[in-house]
Amino acid sequence: MNIGWLTYLLLLPFVGAIATMAVPKAKGLLAKQVSLVFSLLTLALTIVIAIGYHQNGAADYAETHTWIEAFGAHFALGLDGVGIVLVVLTALLTPIVLLASWNDAQQGRWSEKSFFAWILGLEALSLGVFAATDVFLFYVLFEATLIPMYFLIGGFGGAQRSYAAVKFLLYSLLGGLLMLASVVGLYVLSARAGDPSYLLTDLIQLDISQNTERWLFLGFFFAFAVKAPMVPFHTWLPDAAAEATPGTSVLLVGVLDKIGTFGMIRFCLGLFPNASEWATPVVLVLALISVLYGALLAIGQTDIKRLIAYTSISHFGFIVMGIFALTSQGMTGSTLYMFNHGLSTAALFLVAGYLISRRGSARIADYGGVEKVAPVLAGTFLFAGLSSLSLPGLSPFISEFMVLAGTFSKHRVIAVIAVVGIVLAALYILLMYQRLMTGPVRDGVEKLKDLNFREVFAIAPLLVLIVGLGVYPKPVVDIIKPAVESTMQRVGVTDPAPEIPVTEGQK
Amino acid sequence: MSHELTWLLVAIPAVSAAILLLGGKATDAWGHLLGTAAPLASFVCGVVLFFQMQGLHAEERSETVHLFEWFSVGSIKVDVSLLADQLSILFVLLITGVGSLIHIYSIGYMAHDPRRRRFFGYLNLFVASMLLLVLAADYLVVFVGWEGVGLASYLLIGFWQHKNSAAVAAKKAFVVNRVGDIGLSLAVMSMWALFGSSAFTTVNAGAEGLSETWGTLLGLMLLLAACGKSAQVPLQSWLLDAMEGPTPVSALIHAATMVTAGVYLVVRSHAIYEVSEAASTAVVIVGTVTALAGAIIGCAKDDIKKALAGSTMSQIGYMMLAAGLGPAGYAFAIFHLLTHGFFKANMFLGAGSVMHGMNDDVNMRHYGGLAKYMKVTFATFAFGYLAILGIPPFSGFFSKDKIIEAAFADNTVIGLCALLGAGITAFYMTRLMLMTFFGEKRWKQDVHPHESPAVMTGPLVVLAALSLGGGALYFAGHWIVDWLEPVVGHEEHHPPVSALVMTLITLAVVAVGIVIAVLRYRRDIPSEAPARVSPATTFARRDLYGDALNEAVFMRPGQYSTRTLVWLDNRGVDGLVNGLAALFGGLSGRLRRFQTGFVRSYALSMVFGAAFVVVALLAVRLS
Repeated sequence: MNIGWLTYLLLLPFVGAIATMAVPKAKGLLAKQVSLVFSLLTLALTIVIAIGYHQNGAADYAETHTWIEAFGAHFALGLDGVGIVLVVLTALLTPIVLLASWNDAQQGRWSEKSFFAWILGLEALSLGVFAATDVFLFYVLFEATLIPMYFLIGGFGGAQRSYAAVKFLLYSLLGGLLMLASVVGLYVLSARAGDPSYLLTDLIQLDISQNTERWLFLGFFFAFAVKAPMVPFHTWLPDAAAEATPGTSVLLVGVLDKIGTFGMIRFCLGLFPNASEWATPVVLVLALISVLYGALLAIGQTDIKRLIAYTSISHFGFIVMGIFALTSQGMTGSTLYMFNHGLSTAALFLVAGYLISRRGSARIADYGGVEKVAPVLAGTFLFAGLSSLSLPGLSPFISEFMVLAGTFSKHRVIAVIAVVGIVLAALYILLMYQRLMTGPVRDGVEKLKDLNFREVFAIAPLLVLIVGLGVYPKPVVDIIKPAVESTMQRVGVTDPAPEIPVTEGQK
Repeated sequence: MSHELTWLLVAIPAVSAAILLLGGKATDAWGHLLGTAAPLASFVCGVVLFFQMQGLHAEERSETVHLFEWFSVGSIKVDVSLLADQLSILFVLLITGVGSLIHIYSIGYMAHDPRRRRFFGYLNLFVASMLLLVLAADYLVVFVGWEGVGLASYLLIGFWQHKNSAAVAAKKAFVVNRVGDIGLSLAVMSMWALFGSSAFTTVNAGAEGLSETWGTLLGLMLLLAACGKSAQVPLQSWLLDAMEGPTPVSALIHAATMVTAGVYLVVRSHAIYEVSEAASTAVVIVGTVTALAGAIIGCAKDDIKKALAGSTMSQIGYMMLAAGLGPAGYAFAIFHLLTHGFFKANMFLGAGSVMHGMNDDVNMRHYGGLAKYMKVTFATFAFGYLAILGIPPFSGFFSKDKIIEAAFADNTVIGLCALLGAGITAFYMTRLMLMTFFGEKRWKQDVHPHESPAVMTGPLVVLAALSLGGGALYFAGHWIVDWLEPVVGHEEHHPPVSALVMTLITLAVVAVGIVIAVLRYRRDIPSEAPARVSPATTFARRDLYGDALNEAVFMRPGQYSTRTLVWLDNRGVDGLVNGLAALFGGLSGRLRRFQTGFVRSYALSMVFGAAFVVVALLAVRLS
């Protein structure tokens, strides 16, 4: 049997998780170090794969092994422009989260090392989700990611962690259940057409009747909309993010939620192109509502972590909007947005976490004048905030602008209303910064220590990438483009041509 | 021309800003020196570039330096390119020249501030962003500079952020500018949809093919952006609050350079405004209204910086007005922009020098008779005063007169408004002069007014000289008109009466303004602002109720709606879910008797789920 690169990539963090657990309890530090080393090895392997992908294309990384023959299920992995971006994001965020969370798991229900092991387990499963090219395998991994996340929230969070964890689980299970119905439905269709197969390449050959396609689409879409999360299926996220440790929140919002928007591109558009086009008007309106509703709610929050969670709901609204605008700018922008949002929200959550752990409170009202006592903390927080409000020059701007412009070229009204989001984003970020960091120093803040070396070191790669990809996003955009083009072809849509084409000579 | 010089212009202050902001305390000792050297180096680049450009034939002066491809997606491609042409080089010289002087001044002004190094870092960030704004050759790249200067402005207005008022003012400036950004964003999106590109060359070439509707829409979107950045009505409210920033910031960003970016944008987009009469008229109206509104606000302020800020609004209104007149006004808009840059920076720095000697008091009612104590400050300020009034041969005389002339040539009502504005300007500036430098001293015992150090008065002297001599750009053979013509075109305007009569009328109106002010303010001035004043004065003091309007229309309803939404989200959406959860909770409570906890029940559900899949698949398979 031929085992490919991607299998090793999945196994590496999995082995790391087991190794971490195997370290004796007395050597807590060693367990953490083991987990960090494995996450860095995974990152190194990912970089090797990404470079290879950039140079030689996707073909080298596709692998298919028969898994359950009776169902046509395969252990099939592969990469495309969308998948590789999210694989890199996952591999990048994991070591950062581990390092930033170094002391965050001491108050947990379970041993400290289990926190680190679960994170590696989550990484393995997430990598699998983004690389799966078999629907059955995707479904199993999709559901399996719930297990580590459930334990990370429920075991190591704040006072309400059990409530938040169960809520997260129930929502996800409900979404998953509907997807399961569609997964079974696909099997039925596939079996009728001949030998059953869950491989994506086989499924896109299927001839599906209009009604069936719409029902199957809805099953998948609902699961992804809960995951993404879109209004009105969003209320699990603020609770989960507020109760989880900052590191867990980063993985939840930065990686796990991306499965939703990733799934929309790969499965909704890929498998059910006609139904996707059919659903476009409703989805776009829901996305628009998410953009504005999430932003307005963020402005009204009194808790730092809940505020950041609501900003993400707004950002996911943009991502979904770009996907369903069905233009190459929109979809490329959305894919890039997934990556950039991972960077900016990770930075924001982690710095907020640094702040909250110092003061022991997430209430905005408990702060004031932090800039005076901890300028580096305040500066990095502002930087992360500026990237979250998509300041031109930082990486999220390009993706947000592509999404808006891509939507504008086909759906003028939606885009024009969505632009208001940029004002709301300025409000929620700067209002929070003003309340936390400026003004006279409040009681209880005066003794806050500034960031230490580990803390700065952990988030530095994020800040560097946010600037770097803001100035020079071309490599990432170029990797994404082919995947977007093939998805557009699959759906059968093209970009509207310019109304007043300008030829070279006219310039 | 040299390519390296063009990108070095932007790169030098950008690198310096990075060093100062990332270097931390290690750079404290020499940060202000590096911070001052950077814009000076850029200025040298700019001067060399300018002379290289001048040596070329008029048609060859415009040159695009392609740096790298930013991204391409679909059929859209955005390049990071810099455009050095006759328009941008003038801005480069203004930004780096006046900018350098203000940096030098700041060495003295911020000498006692423990965070001086950071101040210079922010200033350098501003200079780099502003240069990118005026040099970029694509509207989307302009946007990066546009927002970069907005960020620098935010950081510098809020520089003393331990004061709540400063932090609030900074946020307000950024948010109001974001409203303007809606316009710029939509404009670039429209350009992508219309032309398939937002590069200047493509937009200029394609503009001829625009329908009038699209021309008007694009023009209005760009005007919205310009209103935000240039504090034009209806987005003017942030500028007065922005005076919370240190005074050199007010001089550089909120008088000489950044706030004029809106004028630059309109002039740069001349091809679009030529398509739409409606959009050009809108620019004229916005400019005229702001010219008067700013002047009226300036009459009622006791805070010296706020009086000057009202004046800035008003003067930029004049530039906007001129820019809206089309080819007849573009060159004069830019001309006035340059002279205003000189004399307003001069007066703001002068105000800073006064404050420096008065324990940072800004209330003119506590000044009086300072001419004797601050001779250099007074003399240089007087040059700025004569320039803004438009007294010959000071620079403002040439630039403002031309705008009033062109306004009359276009429309009598607009012309009269512009003329009236000149009279009000004479009034409020004379009031400011009298209250500050003349009359009885009104300061308290513990205040000891004194002249500022040479590092501060030096730049004042240079700027005073420019306030006097800046008019040479025009009277030396209409140089600026000819220089800009290849970029923006030019049309001679024909005023209803001869230029000489026009000038005499304008001077007479100015004289009336001066006389009224002298009659009113030569008497004793109370140290406390009188509370019982006419409704007109209250109107002006409250900034024409601009803030009250914003609060009533946007802020309060906004606060109520976010609060309602938060409540609804917790009770409505989540309440429904929790209700369901309680129901299931009740059910699972019974199930739990058979189980020990959630984890296992989850495992159980997994087993059931898996069993369901297997059964379902088998059922289908066997059917």
